[in-house]
Amino acid sequence: MISPAQTATDSGTAEKTGGVEPLLSIRSIAKRFGSTAVLHDVSLQVAQGELLTVLGESGSGKTTLLRLIAGFEQADGGEIFMEGERLDPLPPYRRRVNTVFQHYALFPHLSVFENVAYGLRVRKVARTEIPQRVEKALALVKMSEYTRRAPSQLSGGQQQRIALARALVNQPKLLLLDEPLSALDANLRRQMQLELKSLQREVGISFVFVTHDQEEAMALSDRIALLRSGELEQVATPREIYSRPATAYTARFIGQTNLMRGRITNGVADCGTLKWRCSGPDGPATFSLRPESIRLCDAGSSGKADFVRFRAVIRSQTFGGATDLLETACPDGGVVLVRIASRGNIQRDCEFEFCADDAILVRG
Amino acid sequence: MYSRAYKTAVAAPPLAWVAVFLLAPYAFLFCYSFWTVSQQVIVHHWNLANYRQLLDNAMYPTVLLRSMRIAGSVTLLSLLLSFPLAYYLSFRSRRKELLYQLVIIPLWVSYLVRAYAWKTILGSDGVLNTLLQYVGVIEHPAEFLLYSPFAVVLTLTHIYTPFTFLPIYASMEHIPRNLVEAAQDLGAAPMRTFWTVIFPLSLPGALAGATFAFVLSLGDFLAPLLIGGPSGIMISNVVVSLFGAAYNWPLGAAISASLLLLVLALLFLVERIEKKLSFS
Repeated sequence: MISPAQTATDSGTAEKTGGVEPLLSIRSIAKRFGSTAVLHDVSLQVAQGELLTVLGESGSGKTTLLRLIAGFEQADGGEIFMEGERLDPLPPYRRRVNTVFQHYALFPHLSVFENVAYGLRVRKVARTEIPQRVEKALALVKMSEYTRRAPSQLSGGQQQRIALARALVNQPKLLLLDEPLSALDANLRRQMQLELKSLQREVGISFVFVTHDQEEAMALSDRIALLRSGELEQVATPREIYSRPATAYTARFIGQTNLMRGRITNGVADCGTLKWRCSGPDGPATFSLRPESIRLCDAGSSGKADFVRFRAVIRSQTFGGATDLLETACPDGGVVLVRIASRGNIQRDCEFEFCADDAILVRG
Repeated sequence: MYSRAYKTAVAAPPLAWVAVFLLAPYAFLFCYSFWTVSQQVIVHHWNLANYRQLLDNAMYPTVLLRSMRIAGSVTLLSLLLSFPLAYYLSFRSRRKELLYQLVIIPLWVSYLVRAYAWKTILGSDGVLNTLLQYVGVIEHPAEFLLYSPFAVVLTLTHIYTPFTFLPIYASMEHIPRNLVEAAQDLGAAPMRTFWTVIFPLSLPGALAGATFAFVLSLGDFLAPLLIGGPSGIMISNVVVSLFGAAYNWPLGAAISASLLLLVLALLFLVERIEKKLSFS
């Protein structure tokens, strides 16, 4: 069992990135559009070579955060540092940051080659050096044969790759990606996720990746920063954020969970019919219990002392391939989701158990 | 699906309109251009004498060239005025709607009023001369201001600049803003962004606007009539006098037909270029 306070320190350690100075450091940044606060006191660090995902619902401010880093928006408060130097007063064209835009934003009047060469020409890279660097960048995204095409002659996935090459060819210190995969269909999307990740390892450039898709965030990221209405909810590795959510919102947003509300009295958690020993402070409490942490006791209970047992009626059983999701009702009427390995239909009334340590105390 | 009868019924009035008021007059014009005038009567005697006269008499090519020079100057000046204005409105201004209206409003004022206004400004007792004399820049009124090709170019530029501005502005408004951001993201400062992204993508609009300005100025006869003076005569003034006082309709028709072919050739060329310039 871990308290919210401990969770906070845990993610804090992860953020320090081993004592090396972070590549990017965002310090209590704030942004308003008119009277609406879009970002409020957001502090975040990106380590050298890290793939950080900014995850959030639409309207959470994740794109605004990205645009602040790129320089397309000016912050109303706070500072952004890159390698120890102020980044936020610089115009976008002076930042060693490149962006992969949501709708690719390829120049329609330029060929694929000229699109990729654009940044090199602007930065006055030697004329003789340009072709080989463009070739290299296109090879990196497996688009070498398309140099002479116009962007309008390419599919969405191909345009995506060109946009990536156009950004990477400049060897930025940081690459920003604004929901780059959202316009692709599901299969291509999964394939591009894998490619993006291996590409990022290959080039060693830090990525800040914005998405609203929690599965995508889990699959790609070294760390996830979860934004909620303009404030950071939690910053942690995918594993940590899944297994140790700091808040009820995080627990619900990332994966499925059972949120149980009750209270702690003298080291005993009390949620309706369920009671277990718990180290949290006295008072009202909310626990998150993942459906897969609960097991069915049809072959007999494990008999371990710190396991909590309860009986429930199975209301529905949904086949999900490798696993089945059971929707069960406790005697007090509370609904508990249980995920078990797939099998045939189960009798209606069953006994379940879970380890008390798996019920995570969360805020809110 | 609509029935054949319905489609025919809907299409008939506009087709009839075009046939009666556009195609038929052009057909008459072409016929006249091959006829001749004998003793103040138009004779239906088919010949090429009118066209030969256009080439033989040095006056006509001279006036036509001058007209094209004036139209070319108007086009160039309108483009030079419209580009910065459209760029400012589309990309820099916070008061787009207001400024847009200010550009449009002159179009609501009668052409004649605007041409006379320039007469008042440029004349020897005009606003400009009075001011320059008062300030002491000149002692005697500058005569070249009015009744000169210069005055015609100035007036026509004023009148036709909205026609170049509008298509340029429209094509700039259609440039996705993320392209501008992408250019900046890749290191391009605002000037570089303009020349490498905004300018090439607004060229189709500029071409359309330039065509408007050139074709409309080329055929203009009021501005040269009112403020052009003898040295500012344009080809349409010649046509007007041939159809009027001179009573030589066949020759007037030949000039008109030549001008029409010239403009059609130009439009054809512009369409070819426009196809090359559009990317989507």
